[in-house]
Amino acid sequence: MATAEAAAERCLALWFPAWSVTAWALATGGDAEDPVAVVAANRVTACSAAAVAEGVQVGQRRREAQSRCPQLVVLGVDEAIDTREFDPIVAAVERLSPGVQVVRPGLCVVRARGLARYLGDEALAAETLLEAVITETGVDSGRAGVADGVFAAVQAAREADGVRVVPAGSAADFLAPLPITRLGDPVIADLLPRLGVHTIGGFAELTPEQVRDRFGATGVRLHLLASGADPRSVQAREPSPELAMRIDFEPPLTLVDQVAFASRATVAAFIDGLAGAGLACTEVRVEFTGDDDEFFARTWLTPGVFDSVAITDRIRWQLQAAAGVQLHSPITSVRLEPVAVDAAVHHVPGLFGLGPDERVHHAMSRVQAMLGHEGVLTGQVGGGRWLAERQVLVPWGDRPVVSQPADRPWPGQVPAPLPATVFPEPLPVRLLAAGGGGVEVSERGQLNTEPHLISVAGRPQRVVAWAGPWPVSERAWDARRQRQANRFQVADETGVAWLLWQDARGWWAEARYD
Amino acid sequence: MKAALAIPEDAAPADVVARLQAHVDTAQARLRPQPFGLLPALAQLLGEPGLKPGAAYSLDTEGALLQALLAGPSREGHWCGVVGMPAFAVEAAALAGVHLDRLVLVPEPGEQWLAVTAALAEVVPVLAVRPSGRVRDSDAARLGSRLRDRGGVLLVVGPWPRAEARLALGERQWHGLGVGSGHLVSREVQVQVASRRYPAGRRGWLRLPDPDGLVVASEPLRPGLQVVG
Repeated sequence: MATAEAAAERCLALWFPAWSVTAWALATGGDAEDPVAVVAANRVTACSAAAVAEGVQVGQRRREAQSRCPQLVVLGVDEAIDTREFDPIVAAVERLSPGVQVVRPGLCVVRARGLARYLGDEALAAETLLEAVITETGVDSGRAGVADGVFAAVQAAREADGVRVVPAGSAADFLAPLPITRLGDPVIADLLPRLGVHTIGGFAELTPEQVRDRFGATGVRLHLLASGADPRSVQAREPSPELAMRIDFEPPLTLVDQVAFASRATVAAFIDGLAGAGLACTEVRVEFTGDDDEFFARTWLTPGVFDSVAITDRIRWQLQAAAGVQLHSPITSVRLEPVAVDAAVHHVPGLFGLGPDERVHHAMSRVQAMLGHEGVLTGQVGGGRWLAERQVLVPWGDRPVVSQPADRPWPGQVPAPLPATVFPEPLPVRLLAAGGGGVEVSERGQLNTEPHLISVAGRPQRVVAWAGPWPVSERAWDARRQRQANRFQVADETGVAWLLWQDARGWWAEARYD
Repeated sequence: MKAALAIPEDAAPADVVARLQAHVDTAQARLRPQPFGLLPALAQLLGEPGLKPGAAYSLDTEGALLQALLAGPSREGHWCGVVGMPAFAVEAAALAGVHLDRLVLVPEPGEQWLAVTAALAEVVPVLAVRPSGRVRDSDAARLGSRLRDRGGVLLVVGPWPRAEARLALGERQWHGLGVGSGHLVSREVQVQVASRRYPAGRRGWLRLPDPDGLVVASEPLRPGLQVVG
């Protein structure tokens, strides 16, 4: 070991091929033996062995994969499931060898030295880890590779049929025959084969200067990897302390208030556990299990820190949202899991009382406890053509999600000044001509007659000024979501002005200028 | 404090009294809560520099006038709350000068509007409320004492016992909208104010909103003259 060159660290990689498929099978109880493929952006990213046998390959178009294998089950990517299902495997490995680095779900790396020294053999260490994963989680698709450096170890695992150990110092020889695409860089994988370099070994034979000139710093790093000198070392994952809490109800509970009351002690213990670890929870996941294996979970956010009252409120709200007062099936257990934690130091109240925004948050939480989570809202301006959809209202404490940015042109939006009253639901309106007949708009945007009376909520007023129609056409390509309407501004004799729209169903007041 | 009260031994008694009086005045001024800012046109109309802390103002309608009243304190960095107004237009409020990151909305408080308002009054200095039921004098008095305690101000849409001032929109006219042409550009509106300071009431004209969604003072309407197009 004591060579003059700093030898790369011996690493042990565990690779679970087509992890997305395995995770799907674990999460939904599906069969990974079936031909299954996970598709992202219309390309296969992972597929089961049965699918491979039918000719499906990673990188294929979806249509092509389906034509090779008509019974193929096609899945979308779900990173949440991938990550969640991989957690027990990481935990199983962590029990034997602390300091696991999860490269991505389905691939993790540990330092080989400790376990190999204990067991006396690197191959035995790898087998022991795979064994532990099989006994604890039942996942038997794992492969292990041991080599100098993270990159070589991962490649060894991919080449392995079970366990592959690359002896110390021979990483470059091992990597040399592998195809250049294994470096995982699309530019290099595209360009080098066209220059006649097809293997990692061929890339390694180029001089560092040549690589730097052509590919810059990224190329130099990849060149180091190809030469078997991986500068990276394993970065251990922080093992999470056991902070999640679970309470089981025996007999199962049927009323929302019962569940909320019975959870109080557990919630307090949950908060105490966090406080004991010096942490404060800013995002919590609440999971319920019902008697009929009903399962529903939700993640809650807060701008401040969750205390036990706040979490009990969330438990109540989540149950009420799920089922009203009476649940479909009795609740057998509640599980609380801190999703995001922060050092408690950052949330200690100031020495001279709470900060002003903290006080605001406390009062809002009290009002939310009275009216429910949706009772207190904060507003933002988003994009869109309709006034009601431009105001994005989210409950206090939730992260605002503005799906349509306001700064796009949005042709057809209302000119300033904007009406100060926007009805959450449009009001039905009648617009009448002088003779008493209704005002209609032809397909070419012509009015059949001038509006004379406007009647909102049964009170007719004379129209003194009006303008329109201004056609608004949205998503004409989507039969379900398309919306065609004509907008009008109408001022009545009392000095109140209305923003109206007319569509196939009639006339509506969108907003009032008052 | 010692330094501020340092008065020479040989000062005349009248001089000592004058100095002490000045000192008491500045101390009181410091204790008296500062009024909440108003947009200039509204301050001129009310005849006050700002909204008085602890007071309630009654408006006959929600809408642009309410948003203009909220804009002043919001620009000064105060939080604003809007209770019981599901149709409050957030975008128009933002144009009028209300900062949305310091605005909370409780659109449907239902029967609990008083409890909600009282809870919010603890921390939100400027509250706009549309009561969903009849306002009893005792409720108004209890809320009033909390407001005075916290130094907050209440803008009520609807009648309110012992309001500091009542604002009502009178005659109004829209500009820019013709018959089949143009679009709404601005509105001239007469605002009637009856306050403790002017019990007989006074009137003023505002351009509310002006073409940018703001509020400025304006001239009385001249009948028969109408801007079109």
